[in-house]
Amino acid sequence: MHIVVLLKQTFDTEEKIRIREGAIDEDGVKFIINPYDEYAVEEAIRLRELHGGQVTAVTVGTERSVEALRTALAMGADEAALIAPPAEDADEAAVSKLLAAYLRSRAFDLVLGGHFSVDRGSGQVAIRVAQLLDLPHTGAVTKLDVDVAAGRATATRDAEGDDEIVETPLPACFTAQQGLNEPRYPTLPGIMKAKKKPLARYTAEDLGLSEAELASPTRVVETFLPPPRQAGRLIRGDAAEQARELVRALREEAKLL
Amino acid sequence: MNRTILVIAELRDGALRRVSLEAVGAARTLAGADGTVAAFVAGANPDAHAHRLLAAGADRVHTAERRSGEPYNAERALREATALYERLRPAAVVLGHTAAGKDWAPRLAALTDAGQVSDVIAIEKTEDGSFAFVRPIYAGKAFEKRVFDREPWIVTIRPNNFPVPDGAAASEVDADGRPDGKRETGAAGQAEGGPSESAIQPIGTGGVPDDADLRTVVREVVKRTSGEVDLAEARIVVSGGRGVKSAEGFRPLEELAAVLNGAVGASRGACDAGYCDYALQIGQTGKVVTPELYIACGISGAIQHLAGMSQSRVIVAINKDPDAPIFKVADYGIVGDLFEVVPLLTEQFKLALNRQ
Repeated sequence: MHIVVLLKQTFDTEEKIRIREGAIDEDGVKFIINPYDEYAVEEAIRLRELHGGQVTAVTVGTERSVEALRTALAMGADEAALIAPPAEDADEAAVSKLLAAYLRSRAFDLVLGGHFSVDRGSGQVAIRVAQLLDLPHTGAVTKLDVDVAAGRATATRDAEGDDEIVETPLPACFTAQQGLNEPRYPTLPGIMKAKKKPLARYTAEDLGLSEAELASPTRVVETFLPPPRQAGRLIRGDAAEQARELVRALREEAKLL
Repeated sequence: MNRTILVIAELRDGALRRVSLEAVGAARTLAGADGTVAAFVAGANPDAHAHRLLAAGADRVHTAERRSGEPYNAERALREATALYERLRPAAVVLGHTAAGKDWAPRLAALTDAGQVSDVIAIEKTEDGSFAFVRPIYAGKAFEKRVFDREPWIVTIRPNNFPVPDGAAASEVDADGRPDGKRETGAAGQAEGGPSESAIQPIGTGGVPDDADLRTVVREVVKRTSGEVDLAEARIVVSGGRGVKSAEGFRPLEELAAVLNGAVGASRGACDAGYCDYALQIGQTGKVVTPELYIACGISGAIQHLAGMSQSRVIVAINKDPDAPIFKVADYGIVGDLFEVVPLLTEQFKLALNRQ
């Protein structure tokens, strides 16, 4: 079974966001594999351990993203691919076209991605890729069972707290929701091995896509920080007084309830 | 500029979602006075929902009859939306950034080679008479404004951020999107004097391919949150962290949420410790919520949690540790034991609500 994992390198979730010259400042920031994509990497490796096959991790990104691919290889992925974005501000439409073009040239049974990325958070790329390749998809998956012989998968999907049990033929695309698994840490031998695993590089041209085809339909015109929240007031007294005063303040000052 | 904007409405447990009415309002902004807002709703007895969409400002509602309780299916939702899209060729499609909206909207975008701006919290008019879409990035640690360079536009809006249009009588929908029983007769009365039936158009089976060849099949839906308020749409969220100490420790929070008709959320710490389900997690991983009132109980306020809730209108923090970072973003802070304070709060809220 060949599994392709779509991943993205993102800021560590503990990072503060700063803006410099109108853009997000990446200086000194710690980067990680997007946590939702990390669940996808882990699931791919587990499925390969169960059913055999191969795991490929692919991303659209700059050279900086090589580190995320090497981490996926150190976790246990077999090979990786880095696709250079056509522009720094390529949007989800452009990125998904690159990934779809890459996948068209290969045989695969499963495409796994994250439910969304913790940076842009659009939740579009993996599902767009599924549509471009005419694959069925199931989003926000917390459990995934593959029946290789039957060529089918059964997934549990998180739909706002309810569980939907979805059956789908392969090949298919799934996006990982938190709770799917507990990603492993790369081991030292894993990290050593990762250095020797194949990592291919592609450009849009390699994938047969023109600049016009990759024109982003959307564009960011401004990036800004929310106004800082002011600390309010502490409510004093014993617990009963605090509870009474809070309810009063919420009704009379905050006009709630 | 006579543009058509298509709203895809959504039901939850048989009731029209509040976010769908908010989407009609957003669509009206995009359509302008001369444009047309068309909506689509599928469900059992869709006409009742259609009347509410019309009251909210839709010019026309296309309907599809569905069996009651039929589960959501991404492929079917996409087919219906695509069929309508092909027929109406709208300049934009607007829908809720909900479990369903997140699931199929990107497929429609890919299919029509369209841009999509997800999770929009505000729409602003630009100098050239077009529109910019404001959305959170890094779960709300920052924001971006995006514009479209070509049509069609696909826009998913975050629940609770756009007003329900006046005509829709916001009071008909309570916090969790269910029609308020007391006002049901009022809603029907409004419909009688309202728009003509021709504003409601069943799409019929001709426009939509039949379901027999759907590849994905929803075998079962396990209701884990039955009867509860959806976290993302809740007007009030009561949230617990490590300070809650155990799964049982969430009981008092659940009782408080029930009194307030709110939803229960949690920090990553509480989820990782196994006190509650990951479906409740609020933060940069997990859900981002923007309720009217957020009550954080035993949550220290790690930056990744703050990202998910600091856009709430009013924040209350209850924590034993006076130095907890959560107090820096709280409008009201109580330094104390949540197990003592929360039940007292529940009593006080009950008293206050009964007086009304």
